[in-house]
Amino acid sequence: MLYFLIRRILATIPVLGMVALFVFFMLRLTPGDPAAILAGENGEPHQIEGIREALGLNKPILTQLTIWLGNILQGDLGESFFFNKKVTELIAMRVEATLSLAIVTLIITLAVAIPLGVLAAYKHGSWIDRLVMGFSVLGFSVPVFVLGYFLIFILSVQLKWFPVQGYKELADGFWTFLHHLILPSLTLSVIYIALIARMTRASVIEVLNEDYIRTAYAKGLSNKVVLMRHALRNAAVPIVTITGIGIALLIGGVVVTESVFNIPGLGRLTVDAVLGRDYPTIQALILVFSLVYVFINLLIDLSYTLLDPRIRY
Amino acid sequence: MEVDSAASAAAASRPRTVLQMLVRNSSVWFGGVVLAVMLLTALLAPFMGTIDPSNIDPIYRNKVPGTERMLRLEDGSEVPIKHWMGTDMLGRDVYSRVIYGSQISLVVGLAVAVLSIVVGLVIGLVSGYIRWLDGIVMRIMDGLMAIPAILLAIALMSLFNAGLGTVIFAIFIPEIPRVVRLVRSIVLSIREEPYVESAVSVGTPLPLILIRHVLPNTIAPLIVQGTYICAFAILVEAILSFLGVGIPPEIPTWGNIMAEGRILFQIFPHNLLFPGIFLAITILAVNILGDGLRDTLDPRMAKRLG
Amino acid sequence: MQPVLKIDNLSVQLPKGADRQHAVENVRLEVLPREILCIVGESGSGKSVTGLSVMGLLPKGQLKPVSGKILLQDENLLEASEERLRDLRCTGMSMIFQEPMTALNPVMRCGDQIDEVLSTHTKLEQKERTQRIIRIMEEVRLPEPERLINAYPHQLSGGQRQRIMIAMALVLEPVLLIADEPTTALDVTTQSSILQLIRDIQHDHQTGVLFITHDFGVVAEIADRVAVMQWGKVVEFGEARQILSDPQHDYTRMLIGAVPSMKPGHREREESSQVVLNTEKLSKTYSERSLFRTTRTVYAAQQVDIELRRGETLGIVGESGSGKTTVARCIVRLIDPTSGEVFLDGNEIGQLRTGQLRPYRKRIQIIFQDPYRSLNPRRIVGDSIIEGATNYGISREDALKRAHSLMELVQLDPNSLDRFPHQFSGGQRQRICIARALTMEPEVLIADEAVSALDVSVQAQVLKLLDDVRRRFNLALLFITHDLRVAAQICDTVAVMSQSKVVEYGLTHDVFSNPRHEYTRSLLDAAPGKDWEFDLSLNTHG
Repeated sequence: MLYFLIRRILATIPVLGMVALFVFFMLRLTPGDPAAILAGENGEPHQIEGIREALGLNKPILTQLTIWLGNILQGDLGESFFFNKKVTELIAMRVEATLSLAIVTLIITLAVAIPLGVLAAYKHGSWIDRLVMGFSVLGFSVPVFVLGYFLIFILSVQLKWFPVQGYKELADGFWTFLHHLILPSLTLSVIYIALIARMTRASVIEVLNEDYIRTAYAKGLSNKVVLMRHALRNAAVPIVTITGIGIALLIGGVVVTESVFNIPGLGRLTVDAVLGRDYPTIQALILVFSLVYVFINLLIDLSYTLLDPRIRY
Repeated sequence: MEVDSAASAAAASRPRTVLQMLVRNSSVWFGGVVLAVMLLTALLAPFMGTIDPSNIDPIYRNKVPGTERMLRLEDGSEVPIKHWMGTDMLGRDVYSRVIYGSQISLVVGLAVAVLSIVVGLVIGLVSGYIRWLDGIVMRIMDGLMAIPAILLAIALMSLFNAGLGTVIFAIFIPEIPRVVRLVRSIVLSIREEPYVESAVSVGTPLPLILIRHVLPNTIAPLIVQGTYICAFAILVEAILSFLGVGIPPEIPTWGNIMAEGRILFQIFPHNLLFPGIFLAITILAVNILGDGLRDTLDPRMAKRLG
Repeated sequence: MQPVLKIDNLSVQLPKGADRQHAVENVRLEVLPREILCIVGESGSGKSVTGLSVMGLLPKGQLKPVSGKILLQDENLLEASEERLRDLRCTGMSMIFQEPMTALNPVMRCGDQIDEVLSTHTKLEQKERTQRIIRIMEEVRLPEPERLINAYPHQLSGGQRQRIMIAMALVLEPVLLIADEPTTALDVTTQSSILQLIRDIQHDHQTGVLFITHDFGVVAEIADRVAVMQWGKVVEFGEARQILSDPQHDYTRMLIGAVPSMKPGHREREESSQVVLNTEKLSKTYSERSLFRTTRTVYAAQQVDIELRRGETLGIVGESGSGKTTVARCIVRLIDPTSGEVFLDGNEIGQLRTGQLRPYRKRIQIIFQDPYRSLNPRRIVGDSIIEGATNYGISREDALKRAHSLMELVQLDPNSLDRFPHQFSGGQRQRICIARALTMEPEVLIADEAVSALDVSVQAQVLKLLDDVRRRFNLALLFITHDLRVAAQICDTVAVMSQSKVVEYGLTHDVFSNPRHEYTRSLLDAAPGKDWEFDLSLNTHG
């Protein structure tokens, strides 16, 4: 098991290395002078020179790469042009809001999506099934920001149940914190619920066609027991897998949601960095988000051994 | 277990051709018709009772839907018009902007779908059959997959001057690995099929095997996947515009209209509402079309994903 | 004696648009206590539907009993409530299925799966239940029950899993056991021990058994009485001995007549015929490489030496995983041998690279097991047949002409060349595959379990066709099979493979009548119905 753990962690290194290479070459291989691109259309020559200096763009490309990789490994993600701060500090300041948003979203999602999916699978072909599937397609199609403004307008502006926008830290008190987070989390969770409910339904339906389900019925078990004890347990692996893959969707959604709800998190930072052409910050954020994504999927991979005794490494 | 006869019963009641099946499928109908209407709207935008979408009129700023007024044309004459969807902060007609905005969305959706399918198909076919290349290609794809698609698109936009071409490029790059993986998985399973092994043993050369026996198996799943990519591309385009990193603000796109509208949305929600509805309906139609296509063209995948 | 199960006039309706109206029609049969009743029939005969109807496990919405009675000890199951049926399952009637690999829940321990039956239907304490589980596991002859109780299904062999299924089915001593092809997916030696187990245990517990099978060997082995089903109807019902030796219905006669005999037929053999293909020390190993650890090596075939002569049939027989298919695939070069040589007319082809291999490819052709996957479903069969010939520069017209005459040879309508594979039955597709192989005018034809997926009546025809083709074109035929009866009928020489090695190799007659290796002996011993001669010509009916 320990051996497997080490091997699995090592296997993420090439992936992360590849991400680092992408991020590095993305700027350098862009046609034209990268420093000029970053300076923007109205960049003065001395600004361009400054950027070139700061990013080390005047050195040979391999030297740049070694320096850059070396810095990353030491935890130095560079300095933001725009905010004049170390990027790591910038990220540390913003991480709480994003993490809170993601966690509350995840809780809402799992609490809603899995029961919905199981119910739809169990009532396969009925109006309940069609309703859940219809909701799923709809949830997948309404963009986060459209839904976000819609909810704000109805629930906050008209009904005044929730604050319109903004974020309160946990330090300001748990209920205030939660009160501000519910609407953005609800908005963000819709697409994720759509995804996971759909997958849950499909996997449970597939499992219900397996031979061992027939065996379970042949033993004289009731529908409920077959569903909960035999079907859901066997459907767990694909459900957990899609939850992990969906994290990418969640990260994308965070960027948009934070803009809609004016939450000072990493997503907003990303947009600000792109608008300000603050390349060191963009690079760092991609690395951090990818690291989180890879790490979560690593955890999910490890969880397979608990969910399915056949999977041994 | 022999429910052979039951299976043949289902087969007997099944229509003969794929086309007939598609016609019978209500999702294909609904999605197809809505999408066709959208396409027509986009193509015929100038004849849909629209005015110049960038026509600024400071007097008629922030008017609510239904406001009527006289519009002075270039030749000096005046015509009465009605702002069905009101006007924005600069007095531009929201209805015209929304109608013209459909052009960008559909072009981006179709272009990204076609590009990513073609590029992904080639890479996937080659890497599925050439072992040594496979390792390298898949490592690169793993790396690309590890960067969340929307994030990558946003980051790529920071490198270019915003424009239609760069937006398409930024959305299409993150889609490639998904197509490659799909094609590769089909190739890997088809090459184990006895009929492919038979082709090998009767001396059919590799390129012919790929074209004759493998490629046809990828078409249906790729059409389905292409539809979903199209929907996702329309969504991401709107997101990029909305965040201000996509198509330049002077060009009307649904995302841009909403980005401008959000400043005063508490008072004038119509600037957000109408483009939002169009965007949601278009994506919904494409997704429903995708589900319908999947059910008819790709029953195996349909079974897996419900 | 009062029957434990009495099926009276049962009809089960198929959904609209099926090839017939009823899956089973007016079926009457009964199972007495302590008896084994075999339902025999080919695929689609309705035998499984009959079994599932009794259990009340027919797929909902697809199949519906429309008339008749199913009496389990006088209680009509067709009128019983869903709840009553649940109570009766495993207490009054139990069922075991064909695929032991998939019939157990993969994420639940074996002991817990048996325990589920006890905790659902009894009020026993945990401790008593565990004792009961251990006792039944001992009874089905599972080794070390205390250990296996905690094992997951994937840690057990196919035979052991079927024993778990039997344990589960019989732990509450039902009066009726329905066994739906319980040994079909198992190797012949495992099959034999499971059949023995079912026989012993039903005898001890006085269980009535409804045993569903397609295999007359199995029938001869265990049946007390037999019901023969065709197209949803019982066409013959009676004592096993009586039916096996003197069948009355034409269909039964045909089925029994089609069972290949275990006695090798007399085959003429020219000593001098020339060797076309031989292998020397042919081996295939798969090794798993991992980052730190030493490699794990799997030997798929080891040091295989075989010899194929023109006009002769060599059989490779063995159980699943013995390496017989690996040898075939190495010879056709679908996989590359790890070491050793393959000589075709003296030319080494085992280590040739793809380009150099091309001229030799056409001389060795292969037919696969699964007729449904052997033809590209999107291409008309004509295109599939001529694909090879056109690869070697023959014009389309000439190739089509050849395909035309070959279709006649394999007894199919040459005008159906423009049809798609799904318009043909399994047996017809296998004939098309033979035609496809023959267009290449090969010297060596390999049949890899080519008749194993076919019903016994079709199997006999395809076997005959293969033998005719061999004679006609003076082919060297390499016949790979797990079925000793088939091997006895078609092979001049046989190689017996076990655990990746050839353990016995000789003339078919010698190997069958005087096996020298212990494994061959156990294999022959395990063949179901080996003591029964299915040759109807011995009987008076012509």
